[in-house]
Amino acid sequence: MPLPLHLKINGASHEIDLDDPRVTLLDLLRERLYLTGTKKGCDRGQCGACTVLVDGRRINSCLALAVSMDGAEVTTIEGVADGDALHPVQQAFIEHDGFQCGFCTPGQIMSAIGLISEARAEGDAERVRELMSGNLCRCGAYAGITAAVLEAEQRITQAEKEKAA
Amino acid sequence: MKRFDYVRPANIADAIEAGSAPGAAYLGAGTNLIDLMKGDVVRPDRIVDITRLPQLDAIEALPDGDFRVGALVRNADLAYHPDFAAKFPLVAEALLSGASAQLRNAATIGGNLLQRTRCRYFYDPASACNKRESGAGCDAIEGENRTHAILGWSKECTATHPSDLCVALAALDAVVEVEGASGRRDVPLVDLHRLPGDTPDRETDLAPGDLIVAIRLPAQSAGFARHARYLKIRERTSYAFAMVSAGAALEIENGAIRRARIALGAVAAKPWRAVAAEAALEGATPDTAAFERAADIALSDARASGDNAFKIDLARRVIVRALLRAAAGTPNRMPALPGSAFAPTAGELDHV
Ligand SMILES: Cc1cc2nc3c(=O)[nH]c(=O)nc-3n(C[C@H](O)[C@H](O)[C@H](O)COP(=O)(O)OP(=O)(O)OC[C@H]3O[C@@H](n4cnc5c(N)ncnc54)[C@H](O)[C@@H]3O)c2cc1C
Ligand code: SF4
Ligand code: FES
Ligand code: FES
Repeated sequence: MPLPLHLKINGASHEIDLDDPRVTLLDLLRERLYLTGTKKGCDRGQCGACTVLVDGRRINSCLALAVSMDGAEVTTIEGVADGDALHPVQQAFIEHDGFQCGFCTPGQIMSAIGLISEARAEGDAERVRELMSGNLCRCGAYAGITAAVLEAEQRITQAEKEKAA
Repeated sequence: MKRFDYVRPANIADAIEAGSAPGAAYLGAGTNLIDLMKGDVVRPDRIVDITRLPQLDAIEALPDGDFRVGALVRNADLAYHPDFAAKFPLVAEALLSGASAQLRNAATIGGNLLQRTRCRYFYDPASACNKRESGAGCDAIEGENRTHAILGWSKECTATHPSDLCVALAALDAVVEVEGASGRRDVPLVDLHRLPGDTPDRETDLAPGDLIVAIRLPAQSAGFARHARYLKIRERTSYAFAMVSAGAALEIENGAIRRARIALGAVAAKPWRAVAAEAALEGATPDTAAFERAADIALSDARASGDNAFKIDLARRVIVRALLRAAAGTPNRMPALPGSAFAPTAGELDHV
């Protein structure tokens, strides 16, 4: 029996009839919707490469059953730029060399976007490192990643303050 | 992964009916269950998705001062709940020392309580494991066992319970509200998990279909809020399970300890409450000598179950240090590295 599933992904509505309840959100995105920006590293919750936002919160999509996400709003790396204008976190990763091979980068960026909206790091590098510890980088680009997250956090909070004023 | 039927009950009664059938498993966030299913360690026939059940996601202060936390509350939401974290900072620090921000955003309180051991032989269906298959034998006995239990283990199984949250809850006398086919009952958290004995496959006091609906923290335990710390030794700074952890909570009056609470993590198949050590601290001056005495009492029955005699010494030191930190006072702000050893031992108030 097909399982009907409604998801909003990067702003677009998707009605999906899942033929198999075993499909994870990660496999749904990559294998069925061809949104391959989200990466599969470990497939077991241990690396963070699969990080996406579900209803605005960062989670590991490899351990989430797609069918259980029915009704959710999902944001992936494909949905963060505004046309040709990069998201401030993407821009900061480029400016600070926050990657080498780039495999972990979509997960790092989605995690950083989640971190900034959670507002717990407060400009502290140690807090950024701790709150980004769910994202491993085999290339060891951590120094650049931390600098990028700190800068993006500052830019985003600044922009929000200006908007509010 | 084995194929399964997926059901999404609309209310608790329907969930319990669906969850009581043989081969059924409740699905919280799935951060442990789906992992185990991917490895064919757990092979349910039916997944009962409880994430839409109404009224299980509230954090409430009850009129008598107790706090009640619904089973579907996400780990991060409890840790960052201002009123709850102010009253039970030990729980908040334990939660934030566990897993990663992504996992804490997803993981539910009920699922955290019932997460399974991280014994690598349990995770590997090609290995013999009495917990996975009763009577199969235990490959950990002769294998890689440096992370295994030092308290309460048996020849049948030396696995540990990996939850950080449960350590804090054990220390603070939390109660688990369980609903099953025969109604609702309260189970003290310290009685939820079982020691292995000769039935390591029976891990908890829950019957098939029993649903955790909430946990309660007693008002009395908020009396420890000013002196409560969690300390977790890991093999890397963050995003790792405990090698040994301890929750320590003190009530100090006129320079003497009025009440003490100590629980250990990753040393046994259940969060290990050290009641005799707590009693030895009552009336004592909160200093290193008293804490060392208490730690000796807490570990007096400890025995290595393999290449892990070092964990006995480690546990002793972790207790002393957690108590010293607790005595120095709960920090006003959550440390940058919750539960971490990377902080000075003295002057703990301004650590990290
Ligand atoms: C890489 C990694 C690192 C981790 N590190 C840590 C760590 O350092 N410290 C730590 O404490 N934990 C750690 N965890 C474990 C994590 O905390 C648990 O996976 C999580 O808390 C489980 O919650 P869940 O909602 O996802 O449960 P699920 O996976 O959905 O369920 C877990 C079990 O509980 C049962 N269940 C769930 N809810 C209920 C209920 N209400 N009533 C009855 N049964 C129920 C399920 O049937 C299943 O058997 C880690 C996990 C991963 C993947
Ligand atoms: S220690 Fe327990 S869980 Fe690990 S292999 Fe032995 S029986 Fe299984
Ligand atoms: S792919 Fe999901 S955490 Fe590694
Ligand atoms: S940039 Fe290569 S893994 Fe991070």
